[in-house]
This record gives sequence, C-alpha cells and structure tokens, in this order.
Amino acid sequence: PFPLGGTLNQMRTATLLPGEGIGEEVNGALVDVFEAADVPLEFETFRFSNFEDGLPQDAIKSFQKNLVAIKGPFTTPVQSTYTSINILLRRDFDLFANVVHAYSIPGVKSRLGGVDVVMIRENTEGEYSGMEHEAVPGVVESLKIITESRSMRIAQYAFAYAAANNRKKVTAVHKANIMKSGDGLFLDCCKRVAAEYPHIEFEGMIVDNTCMQMVSRPQQFDVMILPNLYGNIVTNIAAGICGGPGLFPGANIGETGAVFEQGARHSGLDIAGKNKANPTGQILGGVMMLRYLQLTKHADAIENAVMRVLEGNKARTPDIGGSATTTDYTKAIISHLE
Amino acid sequence: GSSGATAAGKHFTVTLFPGDGIGPEISAAVQTVFAAADVPVSWETHEISVEKVKPGQPLVSRGALDSVLRNGFGLKGPMATPVGKGHKSLNLTLRKELALYANVRPCVSFPGVKTPYDGVDLVTVRENTEGEYSGLEHVVVPGVVESLKVITRTASQRVAEYAFKYASDNKRSRVTAVHKASVMKKSDGLFIEVCREVSELFPHIEYEEMLIDTCASALVMDPSRLDVMVMPNLYGDIVSDLCAGLIGGLGLTPSGNMGASCMLAEAVHGTAPDIAGMNKANPTALLMSSLMMLRHMKLADKADTIERAVHAVLKEGKYRTGDLGGTATTTDYTQAIIDKMSASS
Ligand SMILES: Nc1ncnc2c1ncn2[C@@H]1O[C@H](COP(=O)(O)OP(=O)(O)OP(=O)(O)O)[C@@H](O)[C@H]1O
Ligand SMILES: Nc1ncnc2c1ncn2[C@@H]1O[C@H](COP(=O)(O)OP(=O)(O)OP(=O)(O)O)[C@@H](O)[C@H]1O
Ligand SMILES: [Mg+2]
Ligand SMILES: [Mg+2]
Repeated sequence: PFPLGGTLNQMRTATLLPGEGIGEEVNGALVDVFEAADVPLEFETFRFSNFEDGLPQDAIKSFQKNLVAIKGPFTTPVQSTYTSINILLRRDFDLFANVVHAYSIPGVKSRLGGVDVVMIRENTEGEYSGMEHEAVPGVVESLKIITESRSMRIAQYAFAYAAANNRKKVTAVHKANIMKSGDGLFLDCCKRVAAEYPHIEFEGMIVDNTCMQMVSRPQQFDVMILPNLYGNIVTNIAAGICGGPGLFPGANIGETGAVFEQGARHSGLDIAGKNKANPTGQILGGVMMLRYLQLTKHADAIENAVMRVLEGNKARTPDIGGSATTTDYTKAIISHLE
Repeated sequence: GSSGATAAGKHFTVTLFPGDGIGPEISAAVQTVFAAADVPVSWETHEISVEKVKPGQPLVSRGALDSVLRNGFGLKGPMATPVGKGHKSLNLTLRKELALYANVRPCVSFPGVKTPYDGVDLVTVRENTEGEYSGLEHVVVPGVVESLKVITRTASQRVAEYAFKYASDNKRSRVTAVHKASVMKKSDGLFIEVCREVSELFPHIEYEEMLIDTCASALVMDPSRLDVMVMPNLYGDIVSDLCAGLIGGLGLTPSGNMGASCMLAEAVHGTAPDIAGMNKANPTALLMSSLMMLRHMKLADKADTIERAVHAVLKEGKYRTGDLGGTATTTDYTQAIIDKMSASS
C-alpha cells in the first residue's frame, strides 16, 4: 500500500502520456494487458512531439481531473534549454516522492540474487535545482538545495511506506562527511523521523560505500531514502544488478496525485520502433497504479501473469536473453491471466 | 634480479607515510617486496599520524609536504579520520598542498578472487579539487542549505588531459566522460565541452559521453562496455567505489593521485583498527598502488614482475589473508609473493 494512495474516480479514467522512444510500444503493451484483464479504467491518451512548449493544456486538464497518469520516457537532450516534461510534471504537481522497486525475479538471470529493495528518492530539489551560473568565464557554479521541509517530507514518506509494507529497515544515503550542512541536514531529518519509528531499524550510509555495497551485498538493503541525484544513480544500479532497466516500476507521488512509469527512465532510442523493448517495467508501473487505486485484485492478476511468464521462461525480450518481440511477450502475459 | 633495463641507473627516493592502524604493517610489506625485487627506490619515512597529533597542531608538517614535492613521489597508508578535534581533513590538506588534481583508480579483476563479475578492467580518473567537494555551503534561511558545486575550465582541462594521456600511455582504446549535463547543463556541460575539446588532440583514442545514471547501470550490467572514464569529483568518488566493489572491495584496489609536480600513491581502505598490529592485514591495495607509482617512474618491468607474483599467489590461493577468506598472516603472504618472484626469475 502507498501512503498518500488515491482512489478510483467516478469516471474511471486515467491519463496516458506514451512519451518518446520505446514509450509507444511499452504503453501499447500495458493498454493491451489492462484490457485483457478487464481493468475498470479508461485511458485518456495524449501524444505530442513539440516538447519545447511543455505539456499541452488538454493533457494538464486531464491529469488535474484524473489525478493519476501513466507516462513513458521523455528525454532531455544535453544541449537543450527547455525544461523537460519530466520536471514539469513533478514540479507543477509537486510529485515529491519517486518510489522505485527493484527485486530479483525468479527466472530472470542476474548476477546477484535475493534482492528486494524499495528506493524512495526526493524528486524536487537537491542537485536538480536548475540554478547555475557562470561566475566568470570558465567558472560555473551550480547550486544544490536541501531544505528541512522537503527532507522531512521525504523521510516521513519513506518511513510511512516502510511501516505500511512491513519493511524492517530504512537506510538513508548521504555524503554528510563532505557536504556537512546540506547532506547533514538531510541525514538529520531522517534521524528525527526514524526516532518516531522505534520498531524500524535505521542506518545512514555514505553514497560511495552504498554503491560498493550494492554490487557486493545488495541483500542488506530494504527501504532506502535518497536525495535526488544519489537516487538517480542508486536506482539505476539496483535495476542493473536485478536484470536491467526495463524490468522495474516506479511511481512519482504527491499529496494529491501520482504518475507511474518504468523505474529507470530511459527512452531506449536505440531500440525504439523495433518491437524489441521490454514492457515489464511499464506494465509493473501500471500494477503500482492499480495498487495505488486499491484495485488490488486486478493488480495481483496482472503481476502474477507477468511473473509466471518470466519464471517459466515462456517468452522473453532480448534485453534479458530472449528472442521474443514486445508483442509476443505481451501475448504470453495475456494468455497467463487468470 | 637485475637492476632493470627501463630506467637503468636511475634511483628514486619516495616519501613514505605509513599511517595509522594497519598502515605500518602494510607499508613494511611493500618495503620488503621492493627490496626483494631490487627496486631502485629508497624511502624517506614521515610519521603523520592523526592518532598522535595534538589538537590544534597541523596534521602534516611543512617538512613532510616538502619531502613529497622534492622527491616527486609519495606513498601513503591509511590514516584515521580525526573526529571533532578541529582538524581539517588530512586528504583535503594533502590534495591542496600537493596540488593533486587527478585521482586514478584502476580496477582489474584478480585471478582467483571470486566475485559475480569476471574480467573487469576499468580505470576511473576523478577530478580531485573542485566540483561538489568545494566545501562551500551556507544556510540561506533556517532550514534551507545551499551547497555550491564549482566546475572550472582549468581543472576540467587538466583532468581531461591526464585521462587521455593515461589512456594513450597505457594502450587503452576509449575514454568516456561521465556527467549529468541533461540536468546540470552549465556545470557538467562545461566539463564535457572541455573533454570533447581535449579528445580532438587524441584522435587515436575513441571518445564518448555518458550520463552518470546510464554509466552506473552499464557498469553493473556489463563492465566490459567501459574502459577509461573521466568525471567530476562526486561521480568519481561513487564510480571508483562501485568499480572496487566489482572486483572484491577496497582491500585490493590501487589509487594514485597526480599532482602538478608529484604523485601520491595511496591505499583507499581504512585503518582497520580491529586487526591493527595483529599481522592480519592484506597489503595488496597498497602494493598495487605502489606499482602504479613504479609505472609512473618508468620502472614498468619491476612493476610487472611484482604484479605477476601477486596474481600467481592469489590465483594459487594457498596464501591469502583473512579478508579474502584465508588464514595467512601479512608476513606469510608477503613472503609468498617474494618466493614467487624468485622462482620465476
Ligand atoms: N528527479 C528530478 N527532479 C527534478 N527535476 C528533474 C528530475 N529528473 C529530471 N529533472 C529535470 O529534467 C531534466 C532531465 O531530463 P531527463 O529526461 O534526463 O530526466 P529523467 O531521465 O527523468 O531524470 P533522471 O535521469 O535524473 O531520472 C532536467 O532539466 C531536470 O531539471
Ligand atoms: N587491508 C586490509 N586487510 C584486511 N582487512 C581489511 C583491510 N582493510 C580493511 N579491512 C577490514 O575491513 C573492515 C573495514 O575497515 P576500514 O579500515 O575500512 O574501516 P574503519 O577502520 O572503520 O575506517 P577508518 O579507519 O577509515 O575510519 C575492517 O573490519 C577490517 O577488518
Ligand atoms: Mg534520464
Ligand atoms: Mg570514496
């Protein structure tokens, strides 16, 4: 269960932003699976390609009404000057908590087994402040912002999540030995919230050590709280050691709404349009949305079908060592729905 | 052995900081191996021990710093971290005083040391003087902290040039600049802009740019995808530890700091107070760091001889220290390396 979870609206509609790259294919798979599973939800789909103008008004209206959305990836070219669709969504709707779940899936080959980690990433400040300037030619300053209110908010969310999901331990990731004030404040907020949850074990861990531990003993992690940039890095490592970025779901949760997606946000431009993309992460993102809306039975049915296909090696996409197309894999999932 | 063909006749003096905890034991191991291999190096030992220094005193004396600058080479064991004594971090002091601008960490799988990853062969080149570790932070209003990340053209260029030169000298084929310029468009943007410029001076080395998140994911999925990586301070800190994890941890990985006029090789692991003085420490990381130094002195043949012996001993598995699941003492393991060298000479 998600703290700040939502409920199904009367219209039974959700917003769908397929996005770029592999977005169209993985969301197509998601829609097919939802239909086959009789999920009582219609999608309002918005396709747009002029990212410089931001989100189209009708998409914004749709999300404001539905308060839940599924989105595909939107890339931001390094050289561009406009603000990405990803940030517009998170900032304008204050989707402060990015929740990514990575775990060992039976049947999926990975280097390290027994992993089950939920990473809760602060999604609105830190290194992503966007405040940068050239002080003098050849010298650029970039501001990382850590605030007490947002650090408290993410820590509270992480502990509430841990408690609601019977998790035993929370690890706060930081670099407070170097960034004594900034990361120090973040760590301090985590400690303060930890004190309210005496039955949940709490530890702080330096980010470089965390990444080393992730590739040697990832089983030690349960729930993690991370500032924005460390969250970006650690979620990608966790997905990587569990089989790849295409497998795991993510959610961006705010006080009044949520957007679901593939956990490791990559647009996969190299394989786009080739019917090769692994839609698992996106479909499990849809499952997260169903749990958020408390459509538990539908969530369980779809998740079980996905796991049975992967465990039984019925069909799998090339990224995890198979040769099935996106559509064949999706059909296999549909045929395993009960 | 003979006294080496590469830099025949040349003799070097190296400033040695044995350090705290297991530092003296692993330093002694390096000295013993060097002597056995007839490495033309003599040592100038300076005790900088955080444990012994009095509050308010500088951690490193001027004399010790000058010694490194004069000799051009230093080897440093682990130092305890002074907590709450009002000392500035030792590493920061050394970095600043010796102008150590690049930290180089090669991570190569050791034969016989099992991890989920085989055949890892990666080098992280980390900018060591600025970035997120500028130390500039302030409280704007209560509850709001700004930390300043500083990226300069000068420092970026210095480290990029070093990375390409390293790649070229060590016959590596590719340099990857790691960044997050999709988000930090100006600061990381400047870093990769400079890397791109420098890459043009090295047309025989392939050049690419990769986002830090993509890089982290690529490293754990298929480390052979990367070769030499160059990046700003924080990413370098993270990626070098991640790479160390791939080959079995900090007890094995070497590290070298390049300065404007000196090189400081070091062990990056801690002082291991729990096993200090018990003849249990694994000297491999410090020894491998000292081999980087030998290569820098153009004593590559000496470095190769010692490295082959280390690999052979680890592969054989008969003499291993406790951290690698063995029962050998530091001195037994060291002697085994020396025996291997004489057996093959
Ligand atoms: N988690 C975030 N919080 C705030 N802003 C973000 C975040 N992620 C990305 N941005 C913004 O989006 C742009 C980066 O776009 P990109 O498409 O790479 O995002 P992303 O892939 O979703 O992020 P990431 O790779 O960090 O998970 C930048 O302009 C940045 O300001
Ligand atoms: N060279 C080594 N050989 C054998 N074991 C080691 C070595 N370095 C570290 N260890 C082991 O790894 C563990 C962590 O030690 P490390 O020295 O890194 O931490 P620490 O002493 O707490 O940190 P620091 O001294 O940096 O404050 C110790 O329990 C130690 O037994
Ligand atoms: Mg991205
Ligand atoms: Mg480190």
